[in-house]
Amino acid sequence: MESVALESIDLQKLSVRQLNQFLHHEIGTQSLSRVEILNPKGLHNIAVGLDAPIRVDVRGHGGYFLGGMNRQARIVVHGNVGWSVAENMMSGEVRVKGFASQCAGASAHGGLLFIEGSASSRCGISLKGGDIVVGGHVGHMSAFMAQAGHLVVCGDAGAGLGDSLYEAVIYVRGRIHSLGADAREEPMAEEDYATVGQLLNRTGLDYSPRDFKRVASAKTLYHWNVDADQQY
Amino acid sequence: MCGIIGLLIKPESKRDRLGEWVTPMMECMGDRGPDSAGLAVFVPVGDGPLRRFSLFCGQPGFDWQELGQAFQRDTACQGDLSWIENHGRLISSIAPRSLEEWLSREFPSVHLLSTGRSIEVYKDMGHPAEIARRYGFADIAASHCVGHTRMATESAVSPAHAHPFTAGQDFCLVHNGSLSNPWSLRRRLEKRGVDFETDNDTEAACRFLEWRMREGESLEDALKAAFIQLDGFYTLLMATAEKLVLVRDAFACKPAVVAETEDYVAVSSEFRSLAHLPGIRSAELFEPVPEEIYSWSL
Repeated sequence: MESVALESIDLQKLSVRQLNQFLHHEIGTQSLSRVEILNPKGLHNIAVGLDAPIRVDVRGHGGYFLGGMNRQARIVVHGNVGWSVAENMMSGEVRVKGFASQCAGASAHGGLLFIEGSASSRCGISLKGGDIVVGGHVGHMSAFMAQAGHLVVCGDAGAGLGDSLYEAVIYVRGRIHSLGADAREEPMAEEDYATVGQLLNRTGLDYSPRDFKRVASAKTLYHWNVDADQQY
Repeated sequence: MCGIIGLLIKPESKRDRLGEWVTPMMECMGDRGPDSAGLAVFVPVGDGPLRRFSLFCGQPGFDWQELGQAFQRDTACQGDLSWIENHGRLISSIAPRSLEEWLSREFPSVHLLSTGRSIEVYKDMGHPAEIARRYGFADIAASHCVGHTRMATESAVSPAHAHPFTAGQDFCLVHNGSLSNPWSLRRRLEKRGVDFETDNDTEAACRFLEWRMREGESLEDALKAAFIQLDGFYTLLMATAEKLVLVRDAFACKPAVVAETEDYVAVSSEFRSLAHLPGIRSAELFEPVPEEIYSWSL
């Protein structure tokens, strides 16, 4: 087995730009597969744009866009994150041990975002194929205009869930405050139980897929309806 | 984009740390609002007829000593005046209306920024870090404060347009966001005799709330009316002599994060400006939800 080198980078000593340049350019030239980031102090843009199969541990709270555009890397945040964690993620995994602020996983094309705590509003907005699992609740307007992928919510969902959904599917275990325009609850099929089961399995959450509800698009907004008179 | 900050220190024994704790918050939020900044702090002048008046004059080299002498000469009131750069502090028993009239007559270039038993407001143009240094924010001792770093989007960059805005006595407000109906709100208030000093949208919100309170409502009830009457995006942080109050609009478009420990309640637009606070690792951290009124009393 290959030896695993662990590099610690202290953001008290290096800037986020220096950190990201290291993660973009030095990885692959060294036999480095684990990086630990110390003193993140809520700084923005930590570990964005990674494209290597490495493991990154962020020891503390991150700011905006943490893990944005991630490819391949597995990023674990031992704290909370600000807006837009893992936005536009392409592949890999971002795991947040604490809570996430707004727009978590926005526009993610692939990969898995797992938030152990709750996520704030607009979680999974414009999701484009990634998977998001939230251990707690999600705030209002989550999965707004989500196009592909899955949002699994183990707690409750806030107002306007799935407004203007396309083909993404939402699964909610708790209470749904209200559904957004064109979102509707649908019966769970065997493939839904399988999808939820597989995602719960990947995150290590011990819930039964049988407890989840499916929310998907009613597809009434797919075509212009002249009789709707702008009332939806 | 703007930054808002607020800090309330719970134990009296630690209130001399307020300036030291809040100054890095303001410097950090300079990234969100680099064109001007302001801070309102609350330090009671005690019982009796004395009030605290914050004055501002943008003229370089303004002679504050002359203003102090003229005040003693023209009014029959005792007054204790001190100053730092563009900012004058007057502690006096003069009636607020009389002071306003005297200033507009004798020193029209001097603006009255705040009036009350406790409130003191500093605001000016420049980078927040530079303003904090200019006015010595790090040395301020007080129970609570609110601050703002501004990136102007809807009205001019001037000291008068900087936040906090004040109305009435011992009340101030800072705002991150933009209102879409400040002019209709303003026209309604002007009909009821409310005067405005600027064309800024935040001033409309501030004067609306103060007018409702003057009509007998609590700040909380005034905010419930504001949820219906204010249109636009806002995170509003307000302070009175006794409390800090925080709300976000129905869409919660503008950020806010709260950290609470047994020593303090700290509010900021972003967590990174709270990261230096003592005990932050074990603080209770949360993001306020839309249209909920959060209030912390001394």
